[in-house]
Amino acid sequence: MLGVIRRLRNLGVLGINQRNSDYVLALNPRRLFPLVDDKLRTKELAIEAGMAVPELYGVVRTQHDIRRLKDIIGEHKKFVIKPAHGSGGDGILVINGRPGERFRKIDGQIVRIEELNHHISNTLNGQYSLGGAPDCAMIEYCVQFDPVFQAVSYQGVPDVRIIVLKGIPVMAMVRLPTRMSGGKANLHQGAVGAGVDIRTGRTLGGVLGNYTIGEHPDTGNPISGIVIPGWEQMLNLAARCFELTDLGYLGVDIVLDRDLGPLILELNARPGLNIQIANHCGLANRLAEADRYALGASVAERIQFAKERFGVEGTPAAGDSGEAKSGLHSTDIAGAPGTL
Amino acid sequence: MNKRHVFGLVAVLTLLGLGIFYYKWAVLGFPLEGHSEAEVWTVEATVSFKAGSKPVKVDLRIPNRPRAFSILDENFVSKGYGLTTRYERSGRSAQWALRRPRNRAYTLYYRVTVYRDEPEEEDQKTPPYPPTPEEGEPYDTARVALVEEVRAQSADIETFTAEMLRRLNDPSPDQYIDLFLGRVSNATERAELAVNLLAGARIPARIIHGIVLEGQQREADFDPWLEVHNGQRWLYFDPSTGKQGLPSNFLVWWRGTDSVVDVRGGTGVEINMAVQPSVVDALLVAEQRALQRNSQAVEYSLFSLPIKTQAVYSVLLLIPIGAFVVVLMRNLIGIKTYGTFMPVLMALAFRETQLISGIVLFSLIVVLGLSIRFYLERLRLLLVPRLASVLIIVVLLMAAISVIGHKLGLETGLSVSLFPMVILTMVIERMSIVWEERGPGEALQEGAGSIVVAAAAFLLMSVDALQHVVFFFPELLLLLLAVTVLFGRYRGYRLFELFRFKEFLKEG
Repeated sequence: MLGVIRRLRNLGVLGINQRNSDYVLALNPRRLFPLVDDKLRTKELAIEAGMAVPELYGVVRTQHDIRRLKDIIGEHKKFVIKPAHGSGGDGILVINGRPGERFRKIDGQIVRIEELNHHISNTLNGQYSLGGAPDCAMIEYCVQFDPVFQAVSYQGVPDVRIIVLKGIPVMAMVRLPTRMSGGKANLHQGAVGAGVDIRTGRTLGGVLGNYTIGEHPDTGNPISGIVIPGWEQMLNLAARCFELTDLGYLGVDIVLDRDLGPLILELNARPGLNIQIANHCGLANRLAEADRYALGASVAERIQFAKERFGVEGTPAAGDSGEAKSGLHSTDIAGAPGTL
Repeated sequence: MNKRHVFGLVAVLTLLGLGIFYYKWAVLGFPLEGHSEAEVWTVEATVSFKAGSKPVKVDLRIPNRPRAFSILDENFVSKGYGLTTRYERSGRSAQWALRRPRNRAYTLYYRVTVYRDEPEEEDQKTPPYPPTPEEGEPYDTARVALVEEVRAQSADIETFTAEMLRRLNDPSPDQYIDLFLGRVSNATERAELAVNLLAGARIPARIIHGIVLEGQQREADFDPWLEVHNGQRWLYFDPSTGKQGLPSNFLVWWRGTDSVVDVRGGTGVEINMAVQPSVVDALLVAEQRALQRNSQAVEYSLFSLPIKTQAVYSVLLLIPIGAFVVVLMRNLIGIKTYGTFMPVLMALAFRETQLISGIVLFSLIVVLGLSIRFYLERLRLLLVPRLASVLIIVVLLMAAISVIGHKLGLETGLSVSLFPMVILTMVIERMSIVWEERGPGEALQEGAGSIVVAAAAFLLMSVDALQHVVFFFPELLLLLLAVTVLFGRYRGYRLFELFRFKEFLKEG
């Protein structure tokens, strides 16, 4: 067992305890958490800063307001209802069609408006918020996801998660919904995570649960080698979230819209650790290196730094697919020995 | 700096906890084990005499601050007599008085219970040199000659006394000793003689009387001992052997040459001493010891609370232990549970139901409640009314289980009512949400995790020795706090993470 611990350390694998003590507690002051825990506030902040987010159709704050749902929806055929304080994708209802008076959920189920009302009512009562605190429901634009991931996702909206330390993108992955995850892009619900090269925006290998996989379990298509369009914009959005929230350690979730390009979906002040398995690379060394990088650099400089230090492939043109799997070596190159 | 602060805090907490613990354990003798007992001796003095019609006054010498022992308890039995205790030069005495005794035999009792204690600081005052006795010839001359000889054969007061006593006890005494021994008829007088002879060399000496506490004795005798001051402290000699040092189980009863009891107005006085060893709760002794040292340890301990409150605290003090188990299980091992400290409350409930039946009952109620919760979900009830409905149904379920259990003769069914119902309801609610949102796997995993942690906490909390120790030494919880604070700085992997990240090890 001690051998296992030593090897994980040498690989720079970050554990929950270390993440909490060194990054979450040290860099994310508690008082700033509401900025990211309340998705409504995050959205407002992002809009103020001129960053792209899915359009907000309306907010339901009280039971009484639920009757306004019809007005809020208006003529939108597709929309998403989500709790402002939800965690881990709980309580998100995606409607992608309106056959007649009814609504079609993303899994194909047809429901009446009463079901939506009930869902919102539960949301307001705090069923999906931490500690059951009263919440409000946001009704917003349903992202039309870019076909780039069509072959490797099952329903739902794939999204890109980028870990950002003090404004420097450190590691990224794309989360691909599966049948098991019920169309949700959450790893613990069974979505596939695929590491993304910071320099090129190209997917590396994937992970399902805690195991590496090569193909999407539902579609059977290979996961690696997909170049994410608009990667520069994504890095830019992610890096700017540091100035947006002042949180030093962030997980930025970005979706890629067919028409609108990258949109910030939500921010997370305690991003999970499975991104390490998806990238087959530990976070600890990269975080330590980014931490040493001087504060105050411009967004462009930070992205440049990240690309130089945390990229694992050459340019896409010179890309050598054999390198794609060797995320491990990057720790040897980039990692400073003895940082633990 | 932050790190040093944490370690400083841990050090302070540890020292404080251990310090108080050590004081209570080593100095006050708080027992480490539950129901531990301390050895005590009960010594009973029975004074009997015949009274006439004149007023009677009885003076009984009683122990004041017996060396190597402390008094746990004492009582006086003397029907119809007035009682006062007095302090005098020779120690303490009890004085019984009766103005109009009937013409009959009377018996008075004095009973004292003592326990072994550290020798107290002794009287440090150096006594004045005694005057040389003047008893006329031939004694004075003999004494001077004797002192002269003994002085020549000794180096200091200690050896002088030893040599004098050796001569006094020699089976074939020399001429001087022989002269003095002519006046001696018992051990007390022999000791008095020793004091007399030592006074000839201007050495302060006095007699103490006491009993050697040794097993049960129906008729114990007082042994006279010699106390000799060597200028710095008192030395003890056995006047009948010359051996130095007081036996460790020697209970000093009184000092001086007076007799143990004085009865005025009575005849045929007899005194009988009986010794009875016994055991009492060690805590009783510790309390007494704390009182004697003017220590607040007992007065400000949990024992000063009413019994009912004590019972509450004996349970409450176990909660930190359960919380510590949760810390270990979650931060070191990585088991997921419902809520942070719900497993601790579950463990408290297990105390009432016992482990196996507790887990069975708990699972049963959660499963039943959960199925009803899913049914209610279909009715599209609002959250709070639905929660309330689940609560009502849980209460009814508990009642039903108790009644059925009782009919079947299973008494554990009755203790189900002690389960914190609100917690059960919250478990059901939380479980159903996790079930819906993250699938049955996650829900069952967290449920099983909660039960495992609760069971571990329960097992630890039900260790008798541990219960006893935290109740007697709550300051040890400071130690637990120190360890918990240390765990708060633990940055290493959790055990489950070693499995979670095992993909990393495949290629390495």
